[in-house]
Amino acid sequence: MFSFIIRRSFSSIPTILILILISFALMRLAPGSPFSTDRGLPPEVLANLEAKYGLNLPWFEQLYTYLKGILFNFDFGPSFKYKDRSVNDILAQGFPVTLTYGIWSFIVAVAVGIPLGIAAAVKHNTKLDYAAVGFSIGAQVLPNFVMAPILVIIFTLWLNWLPGGGWNGGQWQYLIMPIIALSTSYMASIARITRSSMLEVLHSNFIRTARAKGLPYRSIILRHALKPAMMPVVSYLGPAFVYMITGSVIIDIYFSTGGMGQFFVDAALNRDYSLLMGVTIVFGVMTILFNTLVDITYAWLDPKIRL
Amino acid sequence: MLVSKKKVAQIVENADQQVIQGRSQWQDAMTRFKANKASLASVFILFLMVAVAFLGPYLNEWDYETIDWALTGNAAEMGAPSIANGHYFGSDDLGRDLYSRVMQGTQISLMVGLIGTIVAVVVGVLYGAVSGYFGGRIDNLMMRFVDILMSIPYMFILIILFVMFGRSVYLLFIGLGLFSWMDMARIVRGQTLTLKHKEFIEAAVAAGVSDFTIIVRHIVPNLIGIVVVYTSLMIPNLILLESFISFLGLGIQEPLTSWGALISDGAKTIQYGTLWQLLFPLGFFVTGLFCFFFIGDGLRDAFDPKDR
Repeated sequence: MFSFIIRRSFSSIPTILILILISFALMRLAPGSPFSTDRGLPPEVLANLEAKYGLNLPWFEQLYTYLKGILFNFDFGPSFKYKDRSVNDILAQGFPVTLTYGIWSFIVAVAVGIPLGIAAAVKHNTKLDYAAVGFSIGAQVLPNFVMAPILVIIFTLWLNWLPGGGWNGGQWQYLIMPIIALSTSYMASIARITRSSMLEVLHSNFIRTARAKGLPYRSIILRHALKPAMMPVVSYLGPAFVYMITGSVIIDIYFSTGGMGQFFVDAALNRDYSLLMGVTIVFGVMTILFNTLVDITYAWLDPKIRL
Repeated sequence: MLVSKKKVAQIVENADQQVIQGRSQWQDAMTRFKANKASLASVFILFLMVAVAFLGPYLNEWDYETIDWALTGNAAEMGAPSIANGHYFGSDDLGRDLYSRVMQGTQISLMVGLIGTIVAVVVGVLYGAVSGYFGGRIDNLMMRFVDILMSIPYMFILIILFVMFGRSVYLLFIGLGLFSWMDMARIVRGQTLTLKHKEFIEAAVAAGVSDFTIIVRHIVPNLIGIVVVYTSLMIPNLILLESFISFLGLGIQEPLTSWGALISDGAKTIQYGTLWQLLFPLGFFVTGLFCFFFIGDGLRDAFDPKDR
């Protein structure tokens, strides 16, 4: 197990490097300079600007500087658009916000989805089961960008219970709608996967044996059925986390929370390549680390993987 | 002889006529699919939606980009749905006819789903089949590459691509497809691994058929069942992806529109009480996705009955 963790952790390093390389290559391939405006700058000014940001150097030197900055100083360089701020400043401002409700949404999706799925499987073909299946089918077509306006209509415009946007230092009233909007469709997916995998496990031979021996049903579910039933769920958590992180962009925009999403879209519209790369790389590294974590969990659940 | 020659002749004759019709996997699946009411209804609704999306624009006088100046700036009070002024679904914030825009958006969204999926399926099936068929080091390398691609949040890379190379509809179609073939490649590879040791492949190898021909003529046709199922589930996911990007305002470009862009426009103006601007596109979006998901589930049950 220990050697697996080490091996798996090391194998994520080339992935991170490739991610940085791809982002860098895209930036280099981009047509036009980030400083070109409609009016057009005088060539000398442009040359000076490019010299300031190191864009006049050959590409391998730029890559070397960029990689060195990220790996040793965690420095993503200056923003091309906001003249007096570095990418690091912006990341430091937006990331805590995104991370706060991102992690909360993930926790909520898992904490509701898995028990719901288990309950539906245990109470197969009862009203509870039908309700859970109905919910998971319905929520499939309610992605975050559909949930967000619906929630605002209900809770802000009609009931007037919750603020329609903003952050306000992360007070709970401001957190509820982003979390619900972001977690609903993944909660449904998690519940559906848990239910079908749990049903399959409950019909297998070793569960029948356990029941024949007269073990209490509760301990059969918790001690015998849970671990094998969790495997498909855990392998879904990796992609789910990626989608949630990506989905947070929508939430940031719609609820004006001031998280990373807003900066990302602004950067995309302003052609602020250095900020765009910085955000992509940070999100990417988080994704890769989380996938590593998921794989390790998976190996713990299923010893066959460790080989 | 106990058996008369006449009777034998008769039996031989009958046997010729009564050749038992073999049923292919495909026919079996179609029979099961037709028994599934929800999926069948979804197919019907979807056909209806396609017909409405492509024929509907001819039924009203407003097209999707003309601004009705009588309504501009006053959408909240005068832009509500009405038969009288020809705006069946009302108007959007600029005074453009929402009915035509929803039809246009439906066309784009459905096309994104279809074309993107075709791109993803072609790339994914060939990649997976080649990887699984050759095996060994090539397989290792190719699958490692897929692993790396899958752990990158490609949505961001895709958005960067749109920013850099301009937002065109074609880039949207192709780009979405090129970023979603990895799952398909993995599934196809796994299936190919089990196929390649079957006798008919060995026979083809022994007969000296080239690798490429074996993959295209013998491996790929045998993958059709599983490919069909995953394709039908991929279409709604691509529509979701496109809507996501367009919701951010980074996808489809005005005056063209799509479900995501329409929902985004509608969502921005709900505080003015123009709910119809959100609800009509949302209705089409939800109905369309429901149909695709039901069809996908139906096909999965049809091709893989043990999964039920």
